[in-house]
Amino acid sequence: MKKILIIGAGTAGTMMAVHLSRKLNHKEWAITILDKDENHYYQPGYLFIPFGIYTKKDVIRKGAKYIPAGVEYLLAEVEQIIAEQNKIKLKDGREIAYDLLIIATGNNIHPEETQGMVENGWRKDIFDIYTADGADALSKIIPDFRGGKVAIHVAEMPIKCPVAPLEIAFLTDWYFTKKRIRKDVQIDFVTPLAGAFSKPATAKVMGHLLQERGINMVVDFGTERVEQGKLVSYDKRTVEYDLLITTPTNMGDELMARSGLGDDLNYVPTDKHTLQAKAKDNIFALGDATNLPSSKAGSVVHFQSEILMGNILNYIQGKELKESFDGHSNCFIESGYGKAFLIDFNYELDPVEGTYPLPFFGPFSLLRETRLNHIGKLSMKFVYWNILLKGIPIPGISAKMGRAGKIIFEA
Amino acid sequence: MATKEIAGKTVSLTEEGYLTDPSQWTREVAQAIAAEEGISMTDAHWKVIDFLKKDFAETGVLASMRRINKTGGIPTKDLYELFPEGPLKKAARIAGLSKPTSCV
Ligand SMILES: Cc1cc2nc3c(=O)[nH]c(=O)nc-3n(C[C@H](O)[C@H](O)[C@H](O)COP(=O)(O)OP(=O)(O)OC[C@H]3O[C@@H](n4cnc5c(N)ncnc54)[C@H](O)[C@@H]3O)c2cc1C
Repeated sequence: MKKILIIGAGTAGTMMAVHLSRKLNHKEWAITILDKDENHYYQPGYLFIPFGIYTKKDVIRKGAKYIPAGVEYLLAEVEQIIAEQNKIKLKDGREIAYDLLIIATGNNIHPEETQGMVENGWRKDIFDIYTADGADALSKIIPDFRGGKVAIHVAEMPIKCPVAPLEIAFLTDWYFTKKRIRKDVQIDFVTPLAGAFSKPATAKVMGHLLQERGINMVVDFGTERVEQGKLVSYDKRTVEYDLLITTPTNMGDELMARSGLGDDLNYVPTDKHTLQAKAKDNIFALGDATNLPSSKAGSVVHFQSEILMGNILNYIQGKELKESFDGHSNCFIESGYGKAFLIDFNYELDPVEGTYPLPFFGPFSLLRETRLNHIGKLSMKFVYWNILLKGIPIPGISAKMGRAGKIIFEA
Repeated sequence: MATKEIAGKTVSLTEEGYLTDPSQWTREVAQAIAAEEGISMTDAHWKVIDFLKKDFAETGVLASMRRINKTGGIPTKDLYELFPEGPLKKAARIAGLSKPTSCV
């Protein structure tokens, strides 16, 4: 009996467990999945917690519930991957040998990477929306905010769900407008990027919308440190705040540093098309844990999981890894006032206008603000728990990006 | 893409002035590009450029400011002083590498 081991039972690990349990011969292969956290989080839902639309309960489920029958689930933290010996060591000292390893350990925020961020008001006047606890803590103080300066901040790229800070800005504007105190609230959007987003077509649309909403953009801001109530950049600019909603530096799990398998941010160097880890041919990686230049997003994980399943079958049959990931990503961008955008792009193409998933029929509009896109965004919670995690295919949505029905500008 | 005479050498450039063919890079070309950016090269500047080129040769990707700091031993603060306003963009251009793409 051979063994496939998956580290991480989040979006990526769970999807792989589902695919593998369907496609592999259970007489030949034993599948084990491990996670250090018994909970599985619907992370896109964090965004809605501070504004009272969701609570923590909406976004947390027991992880084991989503692991298919026939797959062993272990609640344990992996201490080290010993790649040369094809085994892992758990924190409690146990060792597990594998024939094939899938790394799906995601990433996490590291406020301590920015000087002063933890010491000068973390969870007092500095909050994040990148953890359930951060979003929950913010939801407790934001109703009492009576006016002043709110800074929406990104410390360092890359971050997961790179549109989330924009969504936070739009929802903050909407929230204070609804509370009729918008005129007393200044909102600054502070980013290390040269514009609102890294892809030019989206940056332009989002830049206009920020302006329309009276949100001030502060670009090329390389954050050196956080002082009491103040962000300071390397080129000595400052942004003052009463409330800082930050996206701290994102990093892969420290397991990679302990195992000598990570880059400077603990991401696993991975082939961007085949999803095989550069370190060894029986190690594969997907999701937020990799160093791929694709977005770190759940939709991307979904597309990658289909490609990876194909390549794992190729690998165990001794064939060439011919399934190739194209960087396909799509993402709803919640823009407040009951509306949202949708963008769809890959390694080569900038987000485009058009309809999705069906050419010309939609129902969703690309790179345009509509109510239906917002309904799409809210229905993702149901779709995530009940369809995506269970590996039920959605008609019209495929791993490779389609071009029909889109107005394409070559990036 | 356009070609241009820089430091007595004909080089191909992107619209934004980045070399398209790394083999056309020389230290003189680098110096001339730096001058266009209003930078006169000192040993401290060269240390950054040499690290970027060496690291690119090894990894195939442009180092991030974090990597220049952690692996190259050059503090980010110094980078901003050496190459004001967009250090990585300027240093990459002077090193004859392609424009940094911030990840999406
Ligand atoms: C605020 C926010 C908004 C978002 N919005 C969207 C959106 O609108 N659309 C979208 O597509 N995506 C969105 N995302 C991104 C999406 O949630 C992630 O990209 C996706 O969940 C990544 O899946 P993953 O499996 O790679 O990582 P995760 O789901 O984070 O799973 C990693 C798992 O590995 C486990 N693990 C890590 N290290 C170890 C170890 N050493 N031992 C054992 N277990 C370990 C962790 O406990 C975790 O359960 C958003 C994310 C955030 C934070």
